Amino acid sequence: MSVLVFAESSEGKFKKVALEVTSYGKKLADQLQTNLVVVTAFVDDISPLSKYGAEKILNGKSDGLKTSDASIWADFIVAAAKQEEATAVIIDSSANGAFVGPLVAAKLQAGFASNVVALPNSTSPFVVKRKAFSNKAFNNTEIKTNVKVLGIAKNSFGLFENPTQGTSVDFSPSLNAGKIKRTAIEQATGTVTIADADIIVSAGRGLKSGDNWGMIEELAEVLGAATACSKPVSDLGWRPHSEHVGQTGKQAASNLYFAIGISGAIQHLAGVNSSKVKVVINTDAEAPFFKSAEYGIIGDAFEIVPKLVDKLKVFKAENG
Amino acid sequence: MKILVCINSVPDTTSKINFTDDNTKFDTSGVQFVINPHDEYSLTRAMWFKEKQGASLTVVGVGNQSIEPTLRKALAIGADNAIRVNTEATDGFSVAQQLAEVVKTGEYDVVIAGRESIDYNGGMVPGILATLLDYSFVNAVNGLEINDNKATITREIDGGKEILEADLPLVVGSQKGIVQENDLRIPNMRGIMMARKKPLTVVEPIVAEAATLSQSFEKPEANAACKIVETVDELIDLLHNEAKVI
Ligand SMILES: Cc1cc2nc3c(=O)[nH]c(=O)nc-3n(C[C@H](O)[C@H](O)[C@H](O)COP(=O)(O)OP(=O)(O)OC[C@H]3O[C@@H](n4cnc5c(N)ncnc54)[C@H](O)[C@@H]3O)c2cc1C
Ligand SMILES: Nc1ncnc2c1ncn2[C@@H]1O[C@H](COP(=O)(O)O)[C@@H](O)[C@H]1O
Repeated sequence: MSVLVFAESSEGKFKKVALEVTSYGKKLADQLQTNLVVVTAFVDDISPLSKYGAEKILNGKSDGLKTSDASIWADFIVAAAKQEEATAVIIDSSANGAFVGPLVAAKLQAGFASNVVALPNSTSPFVVKRKAFSNKAFNNTEIKTNVKVLGIAKNSFGLFENPTQGTSVDFSPSLNAGKIKRTAIEQATGTVTIADADIIVSAGRGLKSGDNWGMIEELAEVLGAATACSKPVSDLGWRPHSEHVGQTGKQAASNLYFAIGISGAIQHLAGVNSSKVKVVINTDAEAPFFKSAEYGIIGDAFEIVPKLVDKLKVFKAENG
Repeated sequence: MKILVCINSVPDTTSKINFTDDNTKFDTSGVQFVINPHDEYSLTRAMWFKEKQGASLTVVGVGNQSIEPTLRKALAIGADNAIRVNTEATDGFSVAQQLAEVVKTGEYDVVIAGRESIDYNGGMVPGILATLLDYSFVNAVNGLEINDNKATITREIDGGKEILEADLPLVVGSQKGIVQENDLRIPNMRGIMMARKKPLTVVEPIVAEAATLSQSFEKPEANAACKIVETVDELIDLLHNEAKVI
């Protein structure tokens, strides 16, 4: 028996979500009194994971994994789950995690719970708390199958160090050829993505025009933050669709979220409720967003944001 | 080309979310049900294949009679016909099994489902469905073209997008961006009248067991009151010393 964690990597290094799911997996393995096994691919240095409790790491190297077909990745994870007789398989909720998770569950004929925010309330029956209704509620879901697949919501569980001696084992099950071919990829380099960001600077229709985003980008730059926007802003073409946050867009699960000139419509809030600290800058004291925020400034973004940029530059220079 | 669009009927996005029966049931009183937003985008994209490429367009929903108005709306927007699988939608696994049966019976080449439903946010059905059917599958799709049994797909990835190619048959999990906002269609009177005459076939479910069970709901704890500050200095101080996020 074991708990199996799938740890995603990018360019040979673990993503932050990989550390999160490993933290979760370690605690779940303790709760179930079993051991933790991590499966990953193309990673050079496994030590960042052993810091979070990974003892045994199956490191995939097959060329077969160089595919955009998630079904092949699912086969790879399923092979690890079978070899290790996993009772629970833990996957993150990134774009790739959300892609592969249901496929793993279907192939293992296992029940799947996505957006899980905590360790099981009970393990027999196996009940986990997950987000539902676009973050407006939680659902306690029982998984009835012997094997359980859990998708862990980003930034909800946290990182827990648990240093151990990790060993890496080559893991190369035979894999079919993928049915899906990638012909092109466009990925911004050097900028922080909404999915990975600890801080997000988001702005809405209150900015009046796409031409006014310079100060938003500057604020994001001093903070090392990702930029985001409300839906009308991307519908109007002021910003790309990929920046739109909310019920129909991205989920922002950052530590800090700035909402500048965003009214706080329920559909927008559905995408930001998972962020820990929200700061609202809005001219209208009655804007609904203030009710969901931790801090607020009532005032004109065009005055406040440039001041904030200047003061933060000074702050950063002093505090590193 | 035969296209099937999966339609989930969900509470309107502005609905108040409440629970009854000791927090075990979603309180539907006063709640307006609509087409899941991602499914509405899918349907709109499918209309393009129907109008420009002569595809046939069926919509399907798994649920009891209460989902019929939502399916009628899909017909009013322009689907040719609708299928309702007459069973309570309990979990993603069982819904996907019901849908797989519909796909096999109707021999659809392209199945468009949404990335996730905005009620239970499972994000499970499209992937499980594709696996059960052994169809190619791409998730988080915000661009889809089909020519000569070959699909060109744009998939959103963290920080960008990738362009993929797959042969039919195919299942996609689609999302906003697959059509532009102003392409969305509001059904007009004629569409609504015509929808009444279009076939809405009710089929009986196959035996499919749920793998998960909803036990109860909880509401998040109320937010502590927002601190309104006057100056930027104050804000930076609080973010640094109190919230410890910068
Ligand atoms: C099915 C559906 C799905 C949706 N999904 C989403 C979604 O995923 N994400 C999303 O964001 N929206 C979504 N919406 C839209 C949502 O309902 C709102 O319309 C939208 O969030 C409003 O965007 P906004 O706050 O930028 O604009 P507005 O509501 O116009 O608000 C602008 C705000 O800026 C303030 N302001 C004006 N000038 C200034 C200034 N100089 N300085 C500071 N503040 C100023 C105003 O007081 C106001 O509060 C959805 C709607 C529907 C129907
Ligand atoms: N009861 C249902 N009937 C038809 N399609 C559904 C149903 N539930 C989910 N779907 C489809 O699957 C997608 C993802 O749903 P979910 O897995 O519930 O988040 C939805 O956008 C629909 O396209």
